Amino acid sequence: MSDYRIKEHPVLDIPPTQEVTFFWEGREMKGQEGEMISAALFANGVRTFSYHQKDDAPLGLFCANGQCGQCTVIVNGRPLKACMTPLRSNMRIEPLRGLPVLSAEEESGTFHEIEDVETDVLIIGGGPAGLTAAIELGKAGVRTLLIDDKDKLGGKLVLQTHKFFGSVEDSFAGTRGFEIGRFLEKEVRSLSSVEIWLDTAAIAVYSDKKVGVLKNNETYVLVTPRIILNATGAREKSLPFPGNTLPGVYGAGAFQTLVNRDLVKASDKLFIVGGGNVGLIAGYHALQAGIDVVGLIEAQKDVGGYRVHKDKLVRMGVPVYTRHTVVSANGDKAVESVTVASVDDSFRVVPGTEKTFSCDTLLIAVGLDPVNEFHLQALDFGMESYLAGDAEEIAEASAAMFSGKIKGLEITGKLKKESKKIPAEWTKKMEILKSRPGRDVEPQTSGHNQGVYPVFNCGQEIPCNPCTSVCPKNAIYIDPENMMGVPVFLEDKGCIGCMQCVAICPGLAVTLVDFRKESDMPTVTLPYEFGDKGLNAGDKAFVTDKAGNPLGEYEVISLRKAGKVSNTYLVQFRMPAEEAKKAAGLIIQEDHTVTEPLREYIPEIRDDEIVCRCERVTAGEIRELIRKGVRDINQLKAITRAGMGACGGKTCQSIILRLMREEGADVSEITRDTLRPLFFDTPLRYFAGIKDGESHE
Amino acid sequence: MNNYDVIIIGAGSVGTPLAMYLGRAGKKVLVLDEKPSPGQGQNKRAIGGIRATHSDRSKILICQKSLEIFSTWEETYGDPIEWEKGGYSYPAYTETHEKTYKELLIKQKKYGLNIDWLDRDDYLKMFPMINPEGLRGGTFSPDDGSASPMRSINAFYFNALENGVTFHFREKVIAMEKKGTQITSIRTDKGTYHGDVVVNAAGGFAAEVARLAGIDVPVNPDSHEGGITDAVQPILPTMIVDMREAPGSKNYYFYQHKTGQFIFCITPSPAILGKDERPTSRFLPQISRRMIDLMPILKNLNVRRTWRGLYPNTPDGFPIVGFTRDVENYYNMVGMCGQGYMLGPGLGYYASKDILGELSTQEKEILNDLTLYRDFSGQEAFK
Repeated sequence: MSDYRIKEHPVLDIPPTQEVTFFWEGREMKGQEGEMISAALFANGVRTFSYHQKDDAPLGLFCANGQCGQCTVIVNGRPLKACMTPLRSNMRIEPLRGLPVLSAEEESGTFHEIEDVETDVLIIGGGPAGLTAAIELGKAGVRTLLIDDKDKLGGKLVLQTHKFFGSVEDSFAGTRGFEIGRFLEKEVRSLSSVEIWLDTAAIAVYSDKKVGVLKNNETYVLVTPRIILNATGAREKSLPFPGNTLPGVYGAGAFQTLVNRDLVKASDKLFIVGGGNVGLIAGYHALQAGIDVVGLIEAQKDVGGYRVHKDKLVRMGVPVYTRHTVVSANGDKAVESVTVASVDDSFRVVPGTEKTFSCDTLLIAVGLDPVNEFHLQALDFGMESYLAGDAEEIAEASAAMFSGKIKGLEITGKLKKESKKIPAEWTKKMEILKSRPGRDVEPQTSGHNQGVYPVFNCGQEIPCNPCTSVCPKNAIYIDPENMMGVPVFLEDKGCIGCMQCVAICPGLAVTLVDFRKESDMPTVTLPYEFGDKGLNAGDKAFVTDKAGNPLGEYEVISLRKAGKVSNTYLVQFRMPAEEAKKAAGLIIQEDHTVTEPLREYIPEIRDDEIVCRCERVTAGEIRELIRKGVRDINQLKAITRAGMGACGGKTCQSIILRLMREEGADVSEITRDTLRPLFFDTPLRYFAGIKDGESHE
Repeated sequence: MNNYDVIIIGAGSVGTPLAMYLGRAGKKVLVLDEKPSPGQGQNKRAIGGIRATHSDRSKILICQKSLEIFSTWEETYGDPIEWEKGGYSYPAYTETHEKTYKELLIKQKKYGLNIDWLDRDDYLKMFPMINPEGLRGGTFSPDDGSASPMRSINAFYFNALENGVTFHFREKVIAMEKKGTQITSIRTDKGTYHGDVVVNAAGGFAAEVARLAGIDVPVNPDSHEGGITDAVQPILPTMIVDMREAPGSKNYYFYQHKTGQFIFCITPSPAILGKDERPTSRFLPQISRRMIDLMPILKNLNVRRTWRGLYPNTPDGFPIVGFTRDVENYYNMVGMCGQGYMLGPGLGYYASKDILGELSTQEKEILNDLTLYRDFSGQEAFK
């Protein structure tokens, strides 16, 4: 039987687990006690979870975040979301085919009163913004309830295995995301006025100013907060194209969840759509998990993410195709290949440029939308509500941490009726951290053949400066007032060859060239984040320049762990001087056949493109109504059911708006859909206060 | 340019089908609504039940017409409005309810309604998932049913458009000019119009619109909350109405829609008067225990969404329909008491003929019962 577990990982520890047996369609399978059912199924090579009632279309995981319901399976007779349901021994799991059967019940169960609790501040979401806000509130002794629908704090930090950008002093630059999450969690847990409820989703907000939450995934509690802070992060945008709902097409967040949280090798061959930081980083995470990355496309003329992320991928052997779009995902029951093509200035496909690549997974990383409907509805109902982090504005987690801090302080001031001065420094830092990448700047290089010095390959202004913090000689300079600059090596301060700048750089964009032993065959030190299992001293490896052009195959003279920086290695080569100064990375993905297009071209599937995944409504159906003059999304919904499904329009709204604009609808004519509770579908019994397990006594 | 044969205020459950019939009759019709599209008032808050099994002549006959329109719409016009003939049932757990239902049956059968009393055993055979404790039996009327309010109104809307009706959305009526006993013009926030006849089909806002014409209508909305679940395999196409009272609520009712979703609604007690349409935290804890107590199988349904809507009530629980004495070209179609959706098409059919002066003597009697000039002392048995 296929086993898609990640057995070793260069950055993540593989914790011990308890193996249990479960059954999928009657077949016995092995899984891990308590892992999400979606992870157990992926680990066993199962990617199709259900078949839609409308057209039997096979469906797989999509959001991996409990938001959409597309992964619903039948567990011991009940329909449950695979991505939110922990696996237990002997579970009998079946794919959902069409509509589920309502399981028979003789007993109503015992009704309990619904508990009402009060708090000063309710923070929804324990990610980077929610945690830092809770810390500020906790330090001020404000009674705070922090809820998160996952079983761990940290939000998406839990999934971030890469080192963070920003600066060391105030946003943990150079430290890996999941480690930052642990630091913040420790601090929050030490604050006595902050209560934490995990496995607790906020499912509704009501006009009588109460928030309905499902504590421990089963006890319905009504919370009355004086102030709400929504730190609910973001959700991925969906993209309409033929085949976009095939199992194997999903968001980068779902992918990172599978790979970095669930430690499942979710794919053998991955193709990525979208060159923002999310897509670029997902590509890197894939390589670290031993997954081949076939390619990455970006519709713009350059990637939107940090250039260091892109360069890193390219150097490792992943082709990045700019000005390309996805034409279709192909396959009968799941993704077997993807067809992409070049686009012209108006982003239209250039006929004849189509290429088809074999892959089993297509990651959609075309941007994020804030999860803010809770906040909007709370405001609507006259509640005091704030946003922090991605829920307010999509940016890096480092910016979210500042945004949470600021909101925490602001709310403290509100509640204590005293004006809390937000340190100007915080706001400034947050703004810098939110910055989009700036100009391309070629860093200066010493260029000579003597002594030892660092070479910087970052080449683009981004908010990042940990290299300046770690240099013991203070020889690396970026304007401390504006960390957007690129680093400059100050020759007069000198370099002692300590290699700390190489180790800490989150972009793997610093190398060290040492001419001290041999001036025409200097030693080059490169950072390496793939552990010490695959590469050893004496092995040969392909070294590339900054742009990924091979400089030749060289022998590794040493590979060692870089002191304090977790799971980063330093690998050294001896190379001719001119090559050595250009060396920037290693090819990780050496098998060229992975990235080559297939010979046969699979024509575009002329099925209508699905806009609403839940109700399987096509772009054609929606366009027809827009052309008939429909401008109210509520009316569109009434007629087509688009947005009426389990996810409540979370994925199709932005596509519908796009279709409206494409059809020439004026924004002022468009009416957005009405928000209503609930935000997550929730069993009726929980509202009656019935406790699971009790009814079977 | 701005002259119309009929101006209808309100593109909802009542105004839209009326517009459709008047459009089919070749009239020049304008429908004004302050909302952005049809059915954005109470229509989309209706749960979709349609029954002719009422307690009085006018509503029985109007809803028989409605049932005819709903049940044949898809085969006639092609729009999938999700009609399903699932029937209505009132289970009885008290002697009083049993007595009331049995007495009504006689009257209902007189109008040719297909409704019967099922004894406890037959009832349990028909609805095996119902709580048997204390059950005495219940009524079942198989010809009643349900459809999607939102899909129906859009079907009527597009049909009205095809028949030349003009709709102005996002346009609010702010004044009516009168000369003697005639409304001469209607002023909105965007323009001025003349209609030979002006129809008030403003649902929850009927009293305010009537006042613009100088008419008082005794329509006072209260609010009820409703909800919908995820879809499951069909098990209960019938609308179950439990008329018992409990602390905080009167009756409640639910059925499984054609899409597989259960839709449910409760009547708060005491009534919550006013026009607040924002959902509250009271609703789900209140209705969930009543539904689960009645049918334990429902406990595993997943609730998807909840909402709150208005019942534009009249003192006796019957609508107010017809021309008025003081303003001769003003026509009321108000006070539907939460049944605008099921009454709408039938009422649109009869009212259009009334406005055109084409009602037969027999048909006239139907609408006479609903005159504004009745004494409102009666009581709708199922109010």
